[in-house]
Parts: sequence; structure tokens; C-alpha cells
Amino acid sequence: MKKMLLAATALASLALVAAAEAAEKLKIGVTATLEGTYTVLGEDGMRGFELALRKWNRKAGGKDLEIVVVSTDTTPDSAVRAVRKLVEQDKVDLVISPLSGSEGIAVRDYAHTQPQMTFVNAASGAMETTFVNPAPNFFRWNMDGAQWQAGLGDYIYNNKGYRKLATVGEDYSFVYTQVFGLAVEFCGLGGQITQRFWVPLGTKDFASIIAALPDDVDAIYLGLGGADAVNFLNQYAQAGGNAKIVGGSIMVDQTVLSSKGRAKEILKGAVAASGVADTWEDPRWQAFVKAYRDAFPPDKRFASPSLLAVNYYNSASAVFTTLDLINGDLSDGHKKFRETMAKLELDAPNGKIRLDQNRQAIGTNFVTEVIEDAQGNLVSKVVKVVENVNQTLGLPLDKFKALGLPSRTNPECKKY
Amino acid sequence: MAETGGQVWGGSGEPTRGPLGWIERRPLAALLIALAVALLLWLVLADWPEELERWLGRKRVFVSALLNGITLGGLYFLVATGFTLIFGLMRNVNLAHGSLYLFGGYLAYTTVQATGLWLLSYLVAFVLVAIVGLLLQVLVFRHMEGQELRQTLVTIGLSIVFADLMLWVWGGDFYQIPTPEWLAGPIDTPIVLDVRSNGEVVYLRYPRVRLVIFLASVVIGVLLWLAINKTKVGMLIRAGVDDREMLAASGVPIQLLFALVFAFGAGLAGMAGVVGGTFQSLSPGEDTRFLLASLVVVIVGGLGSIPGAALGALLIGLAEQFGSVYLPTYAIVFSFLIMVLVLAFRPQGLLSVR
Repeated sequence: MKKMLLAATALASLALVAAAEAAEKLKIGVTATLEGTYTVLGEDGMRGFELALRKWNRKAGGKDLEIVVVSTDTTPDSAVRAVRKLVEQDKVDLVISPLSGSEGIAVRDYAHTQPQMTFVNAASGAMETTFVNPAPNFFRWNMDGAQWQAGLGDYIYNNKGYRKLATVGEDYSFVYTQVFGLAVEFCGLGGQITQRFWVPLGTKDFASIIAALPDDVDAIYLGLGGADAVNFLNQYAQAGGNAKIVGGSIMVDQTVLSSKGRAKEILKGAVAASGVADTWEDPRWQAFVKAYRDAFPPDKRFASPSLLAVNYYNSASAVFTTLDLINGDLSDGHKKFRETMAKLELDAPNGKIRLDQNRQAIGTNFVTEVIEDAQGNLVSKVVKVVENVNQTLGLPLDKFKALGLPSRTNPECKKY
Repeated sequence: MAETGGQVWGGSGEPTRGPLGWIERRPLAALLIALAVALLLWLVLADWPEELERWLGRKRVFVSALLNGITLGGLYFLVATGFTLIFGLMRNVNLAHGSLYLFGGYLAYTTVQATGLWLLSYLVAFVLVAIVGLLLQVLVFRHMEGQELRQTLVTIGLSIVFADLMLWVWGGDFYQIPTPEWLAGPIDTPIVLDVRSNGEVVYLRYPRVRLVIFLASVVIGVLLWLAINKTKVGMLIRAGVDDREMLAASGVPIQLLFALVFAFGAGLAGMAGVVGGTFQSLSPGEDTRFLLASLVVVIVGGLGSIPGAALGALLIGLAEQFGSVYLPTYAIVFSFLIMVLVLAFRPQGLLSVR
């Protein structure tokens, strides 16, 4: 009897210890596109996330961090499936998701149905995600696709003298947003976009699109990413294409510039704009690049961190910093967490970031040109830095709203 | 024996054979086909009047889409022909066929990285994937002959296992097999696109690698036709298609024949992987994409028929390319629409005898 009692007490205390330990843990769910067209983007995003984890030593707000990673494939339903699993099955405390534009809109809609949970966007950049029907529990620490084009239209119009463009982009919200950003600035100055080609995400054979590209334009704007970008460039080279290239934020990015093969050579000299620039002199950026290079062996990383690595790093840093500030107190439906995060100013590797009233990032943008560095890597060299880019691209809200939402045909190319 | 020569080549036992006999039997269809070919030739060769350009866009776009559709069809033919050959002879539905395609591509990539020899990679991919096919036949299919449902389920399972194994070895990255120097860049074709006002003639420039790959698939198709119709092994294969038991009873080592055909079909898929990896790219997910493509191709063309695979591949390739230029929003629907129409009006496939 005594023995049994002893055993029972021992068991009970064990259970108590276990419970206490469980309470000391924070479970964080992350999604990334680890399959499909954007695999390399997802992989580098996770490298950025890993860097933040290492910096915080896997502890935030005084608690150990437990990470659950779920893979998606850029489709909205894969993203919803992933976050639903994280929230409803894995019972995570916070979600960092998703990577891709249309996934973002779907996760925002799901966030509306889960008011007790807080979602921090990982890297997605469709405008609607935070601009239309924003969810009070959805935060985005990266700029959207249009913000990432800030300065580009002006640079190619005034410095490069381009007057006419044709665009090629994947047929989904992020690239609509990128072309939106380009069009507002470029057309506003008097430039023309004569044709817009849209191809399904995951297109393999671009030959016919390449043949359909017009000759009477000064440059072709490419808004493709991942495998699509590499496929396009490869086939463009085979077809003997030699137009000048203007690139979107994931076209001229290490995810493409570091790809194998000769296809990327076409991008030499391309002008682009993005939330990161490989050769930025800023000490915060240089320190981050060094940390990235030190953390992973050369064959398991790119020459320089991609936009995705930076976005994931920033989103995770914002979450961990907030948790530290509130000592990991997620009580009262994440009240403290949300209030603190909304007011946070993040000193990120790519410049200071703060949030607007829709919990959307306001940050720094870079116009770049692709050059070959001393080691023979293709990198983006900064030619212009634009600070404090907000979601309305500096326009008053009502004027910006009048432009309508990004789509295949919107905005029209005209002076506003 | 109404199906002599049957399933594989689609020839029928009717009295008048060959193209002339077919024209005699179906004069209207023959006339329509001749008209369509003439129209197409005119569209390719003529200087387009302005009215036409308003309807179809610039001539370059149309001609390129046509050529791209045909070359893409060449790739689909290479993948689907192995699939249909295996089905025609053994009634084996091999749903791991896409994995064989992807495996061949990865092997070729690794070979080219190591040696820099593009042509060698074809040999490596063909031989190694053929060995995998041989193992599949001996270790898996031989044990479930005639049990189609079981074969289907087992090969689906295997394709998932293969996909994960390849993910393990080659990762989620996308690879492109570098085009050799002598194939890189475009070639000037003799097709006239436009005559400028100053009398200068604009010719169509077209990727050299696509033309070469298309020619190669035509050569493979012709060789296959010769092998099956003119050689002794081919005769055995045709006999096996018609009546397996009879062939086995007459002393032919039918299991050996099966194993060889399976290995050959798998090897073709492996080679198609090299082709696909050169002018498109390789990544996880390509296996199911090409399995789906070859399924659509053989359903349209007729299961087990090699001319059917050629016709199906051509139709699907053209549908994809023209769709992507003229109606990009619905491009994906087209190939399936063709499949639905074929299933509705000619469920046995366009060139099937059954």
C-alpha cells in the first residue's frame, strides 16, 4: 500500500513537472513552399527563419520555442490546409505564414475565422492581403509587391530612357501587384505598357509566349519566380532573345541568380527593384549577409540571402522581439502581443520597418542592376534607395483607392 | 482474327490496306484532312494579308506556336510511346511511368555534370532506367499478371516511393540539363515571316535544340515502326498482342519478351526525361505531370496504339501551345477538353482498332 502510494506520488509529481515544462514551451507554426515551382524560395525562406532562431537561441519571451513546419505549394488551398493543420491539429501558439501572394489572401481569410490566433505573414506580397478587409490578427512585416517596385518606373524612365514596355508575369495576385506598382510609377511619367502576358504558375514551355513578345518595345518586364523564371530564361536564350530586361522582385533575386546553368546570364545588366539589394553597403545588411554565409555551407545556400530569407528572418525576428518585450505573455487572446507588435519598429537588415494601421509594413526599397561580382556570382547592385515606402505608394488614400485593385488589366497605363 | 497486327500498330484486317485503301473507304474524311493540311501549309508559307493578321495576330506568333506544338508533341510522344507499348503488349497499366521519366532526367543531369557529355547522358538514362523497368517487370508485374486493379494500386504506391527517394537524393531544387554549345541558340528557318518595305526578307528564327529533339523523336518513331513491322522480335510482339497464350504455347519465351519490352518502354521514358530536362526543367512534381500527359495522350490516341500515341501527342502539344498564345486563361483546359470529346464520341481512342 505504502509502495503504491509512493509510486502514485512519484507519478503525480512527474506529471506536474511535465505540465510545467509544457507551459514553458511556445509552439510556433511555419509554412513555406517546400514543393512545386517555388521550392527554392521556400528553402531559402526557411534558412532565414533558421537564422532568426539561432540568433534567439531557440528561446523567446523566456520560453523554449518548438517549431512545426508545414509545406505548401503556392496554391491558396494548400496554404489553408497547412495553417488549419497548425492551428487546429498541432495547436500552435502563433503562426508565421505564408510565402506566396495568393496563399496570403487565403490565410488572411482563414485568420478572420480564428480570432484567438495571431498570424504573422512570412513573405507573401499581394496587395489585397492587408489592403482589403484586413484581419485584426494578421500582421505583415514585409512590403507588398507594388511597394517592392517603388523607384523602378522612375529609374527606367529617367535614367534608362525606356518609354515602352511589355510585361510577362505569372497569373496570380502577387505579380498583378508588382505590375500595378510598376505601372503606377512608369505610366504616371508617360511610359507605355503595350502588352501584358500572363502565364499560369508552373508553366514549363514558354516558347510560344517568347515568340509572341513584341519587337517594338524598349525592354521586357519579367515578373516570374523560381522554376518558372529559370525555364523562361533558358528557353529565351535558346530562342536567341536579346531584349533589355526589367525584372520583378523574385525574378532578379538570388533564387534565380544563383540557379545552375547559363540561362541566368540573360539577366546581366537587368534593372529591377526589390526589398533587398545584394551589395547594399549598410552595416546591418553586411552583418546579416555574413551571418547567412557563416551559418550554411556554400553548397547549401546562395551567394547572398534572397528576398525570401530576409522576409522570413524579419517576420520571425518581429515575433521573437515582441515575445521578449511581453515576457511570452499570450493571455487574454494575445492582447498584449498584438498591441506590442503593432507598435514595434523593427531594425531589420534591409532597413527600419514599421507597421501602418492595417498592420502592413512601411519600409525601404532598392532599385538595382545585375552585375557579375569578383567571384563570378551574379548579384544585384544598388542604384537607388527609396525610404519610407508605404502601401499607397505615397499617394493619398482616396486617390490610391481610385486606382482599383491589381488585376490582369488594372491599373490602366495612363497618367494619374 | 480480325485484329491481326492489331493493337500496337492499329492496322486492321480489312481487304484494302495502306493509305490508299483508307482514302477509298473514307473519301470525305480524306478530303477534309487534305484541305486542312493545305490550309496549314498556306498559313505557314504565304505572306499574310492584313485581314488575317487582325484575326490571328502576327504571323510569327502563329507559326511559332505551330512549331512549338509539334516539338512539344515530340516530347510527349517519347514519354507516351513507352507507356502505350507496355500496355499494348502486357495490359500492364504502369502508373510509375512518370517516375521513370523523372529518374532518367535526373540521371542525365548528374551524368552531364560529371562528364559534360550530353549525348552520353542519353545512353546512361536509357540503360539505367531500362534496368529499373526490368526489375519492375520481374519483381512486381510478373507476380500480378492480369490483376489490373492490383497493378494500378501497386504502381501508384511505387511512384510515391520513387518520388520521395528522388527528393531525398536530388532535393526539391529544379535542374536544367545544359544544352551543348552546338545546339544552343536559334537557327534561321527558311520560313518567310514578312517582307519589309525595303525588300528585306524576315525569316523565322527558331531554337535549334527544339528542332533537333523533334527530329530525334521522329527518327525514334520511324525506327520503332520498322522494328515492330519488319523484325522478328517485332513480329513476336505483334503476335503477343493478339494472343499471348497461343504465342507461349508455340514455344516462344514470352516472359523474356515481356521483360525486354518493359525494359525498352522504360528506357524510352528515361530518354524522354533527358529531352524534357534539356528544353524544360526537372523538379519534383514533373513525374506526375508527365504521367498525366502520357495518360491523356494515350486516351486520345487509343490505348496500346503507337500511331495513336503520335497523333495524341501532336494534338495535345498543339492544344497547349495554341492555347497559351490565343487563350492563355483557358490554356490548361484545352488538353482535357480534347480528352473529354474523344471519350464522348470515340471512347476507344482516335486510332484504336477496338
